Amino acid sequence: MHIPIESTELPNGLKVILSEDHTAPLVAVNLWYHVGSANERLGRTGFAHLFEHMLFQGSVNVGSNEHFELVQRAGGTLNGSTWLDRTNYFETVPSNQLELALWLEANRMGWLLPAMTQQKLDTQRDVVQNERRWSMDNQPYGTWWERLPAIAFPAGHPFNHSLIGSIEDLDAASLDDIAQFFATYYTPDNAVLTIAGDFEPAEARAMVTRHFGAIPRGAGKPPLPDMSLPPTFGGAMREVVPDDVMLPRLFLAFRSPVFGTDEYYAASVAGAILGLRKGSRLHRSLVREQQIASEAQAFTYDLAKGSDLLVVDVTARPETTVEALEGAVHAEIDGMMRDGVTEAEVARVITLIETEFVAALQSASDRADRLSMFATYFGDPELVNRQASRYRAVTVAQVNAFARERLVHDNRASLLYVPRGDAVEADAAPPQSDLAMAEAP
Amino acid sequence: MSSADVVTGSRGALAAAPADRPLPAPPREYQFPRFSRATLPNGLRLIVAPVRKLPLVTVLAVIEAGAAAEPAGKQGVAALTVDLLLEGAAGMDGAALSDRFEGIGATVDAHADWDVVALSLTTLAAQLPEALALVRDLLRSPDFPEREVARLKEERLAELLQQRAEPRGLADEHFARAVYQPEARFAVPAGGDPGSVRALSGDDVRAFYRARFLPAGVSLMFAGDVSMEQARLLADELFGDWQGTQPPAAPGGIDDARSGPLVRVVAKDEAPQSEVRVGHVGPARGTEDYFDAMVMNAVLGGLFSSRINLNLREVHGYTYGAFSGFDWRRARGPWGVSTAVKSDVTGAAVREILAEIDRMRTEEIGPDELTLATSYLDGVFPIRYETTAAIASALANLVIHELPDDYHDRYRERVRAVTTGSVLRAAQRHLDPAQLRIVVVGDPGVAASLREVTGRTVDVVSANGMEVVP
Repeated sequence: MHIPIESTELPNGLKVILSEDHTAPLVAVNLWYHVGSANERLGRTGFAHLFEHMLFQGSVNVGSNEHFELVQRAGGTLNGSTWLDRTNYFETVPSNQLELALWLEANRMGWLLPAMTQQKLDTQRDVVQNERRWSMDNQPYGTWWERLPAIAFPAGHPFNHSLIGSIEDLDAASLDDIAQFFATYYTPDNAVLTIAGDFEPAEARAMVTRHFGAIPRGAGKPPLPDMSLPPTFGGAMREVVPDDVMLPRLFLAFRSPVFGTDEYYAASVAGAILGLRKGSRLHRSLVREQQIASEAQAFTYDLAKGSDLLVVDVTARPETTVEALEGAVHAEIDGMMRDGVTEAEVARVITLIETEFVAALQSASDRADRLSMFATYFGDPELVNRQASRYRAVTVAQVNAFARERLVHDNRASLLYVPRGDAVEADAAPPQSDLAMAEAP
Repeated sequence: MSSADVVTGSRGALAAAPADRPLPAPPREYQFPRFSRATLPNGLRLIVAPVRKLPLVTVLAVIEAGAAAEPAGKQGVAALTVDLLLEGAAGMDGAALSDRFEGIGATVDAHADWDVVALSLTTLAAQLPEALALVRDLLRSPDFPEREVARLKEERLAELLQQRAEPRGLADEHFARAVYQPEARFAVPAGGDPGSVRALSGDDVRAFYRARFLPAGVSLMFAGDVSMEQARLLADELFGDWQGTQPPAAPGGIDDARSGPLVRVVAKDEAPQSEVRVGHVGPARGTEDYFDAMVMNAVLGGLFSSRINLNLREVHGYTYGAFSGFDWRRARGPWGVSTAVKSDVTGAAVREILAEIDRMRTEEIGPDELTLATSYLDGVFPIRYETTAAIASALANLVIHELPDDYHDRYRERVRAVTTGSVLRAAQRHLDPAQLRIVVVGDPGVAASLREVTGRTVDVVSANGMEVVP
């Protein structure tokens, strides 16, 4: 399977990627801005995400609420999302509405600020604070989203702080912050625009130039601090969180090789052997055989800078003690570290990953998003066509080398949720008291 | 201005203005994927939609064994039965079955719903014969090992226990209990409640399997890189000698509604948000004004740009999102508004929801509101069917709801035929303020504002339904 790709760059630095597919009369437009919560300044946690909300509040020629309405009236779907190191905006529309989608994206890239008002900011601040309550504060285990990076990245590291932000920092955000963030990061030379689906390339290129061409290049963004980290935490870490939950749940994180490296693919295969679907080691051992967990999975964050994280996520059965849960998970990790993996296990996950990859690429929106991702992180959208071969190149020896080097005790950070009022556990481990920061201050 | 003139310009001093909003080009034709049907002599049905974009096939096996068909007192047996298919068949245990599927890169998942249960298989086309032979083993030769029956029961009980602390699931569950009669099947979650699940046995599972997993009650949807001829040959070979009769229809009474209003708080002390549900029992999927009802709901709360979401989110900032929806089933599923709001605006949010429901019934919507909903539903139609899984699921709806073969081809014209008048009639017919039942999972302190807004007494219960305040 090969995805056709054509890349260009406008004089103002906007990278443009086109990928034709005339199967159905629809087209996906996808913009990645290379800015995320990592770029926030002190006291403004959550700002990148709040800013994402403001991009749906209109621009000089687009009224408030009109952005969503125009796309939906055109028969399209749309959204945006914010991550540690990027923010994306995307819509899929009937192919005859491509220019509308491009016009909307260009309008907010070039002419956002005249539409910003204090009232819009105040409303979106309320919306985002409610998003925080909905997704984290009023959801069992919901705070893992900010607690795990807070353990796994040292204080002051750009990935350490909360992506959704604290209520106080969100309260402090001002229109000046909006103007400054916009001028610094929402510039064509800090963005990748991908168009995937049913379009004529010459027409699409002309539309892109017509709508984005007049937007000036930015003055450059401040560099992020050095993000590199040692390959391991340098000591086991453990945080116990008594919470409004019914069952203990353990998130066990490992520093792992950054996304895009050969070592990353070996780590990804190791993670899949541990926790991808029911044939994985954790499901087989903890859920099926020992019956001490009700669910078990593993995943990577896919961070392309600093350090990636491999995370094992296991929820206990009601009768399982915290000690038994932690003991069994660590025993599985120890086993992989000590004895390595088999050819059959590697083969299983590579073929599964390949099927999932092909299935995901069916949708124009997913194709466009992956193209934007590879162009943003590595400057090379063609990498999307090399994913299958990079996975197929992973050997047992590479996976075993990853396991020996990265699954060590000194590279394990535990975030353990326990039911509040569980007296035994709370006595043994009061909240945060045994959090051992391995990094030098 | 050409792009070359501005490459060094400052962002603060834009000379150029953006171009005017472009008009759409002429639309391109779209057809829902062509498909054909076949029925084996034993009654097993096939629907096959060849889509040759990628070397991928989805097979969705839909079985007439949904929760609605469970025998009295056996709530949860349908979900347990279909989940157990993956845990032992034809002498292979669950781990061996996982190895066989995953070893060829195939994924198989079990789904339980009210009307049917399903197995969905996605595989690279080259592996279809081997993968489908395994699906045959699951469907025709399940072993139901007692150890796995006990384990999956425990896992379901763990899930139900988790739900005690999960406000969204808790709100949905209490809402169902609030709108249906206690003995109606729809009052209890599709997967059963702790009492019913604990009581289920391996014999219950085997009896349910024998009564309902019969060839005349099974339909196989194929979508992707496969031909009718190949699908038919595979089905003949793997399922042709499966014998059995037609499973009986689901019993009546599963959707009996309670009547009259209700305001209830499910206590979650110091919750930072209130999970709000407002609604009542809605129409069955077979209602003749389905398209009017769907468009009516889109305007009221089905779209991002709906009245309820714009009001609660964009005007008041009460919530991250608010929506409404029909849960379409063969019998009468619930209709309701669903949102999570900051605790101190619970009463105010409910007031806005009630006012929006009222307004929907008392005046016609504006022509712009109508066209927003209809042009959205019309335009988004092709975008819904980009994947083999989505196409297979759409084909399954034809079977589940006995829709005509041209249903998808006529969908868009029927959406476009909805009028402001037919939307008003649908609202008056399907929304009933006198029957609205309000369930809030949140701090018991919000009861006072609900009392004030509704003028009704508010009963406060604990998560497991026990009354906490008289």
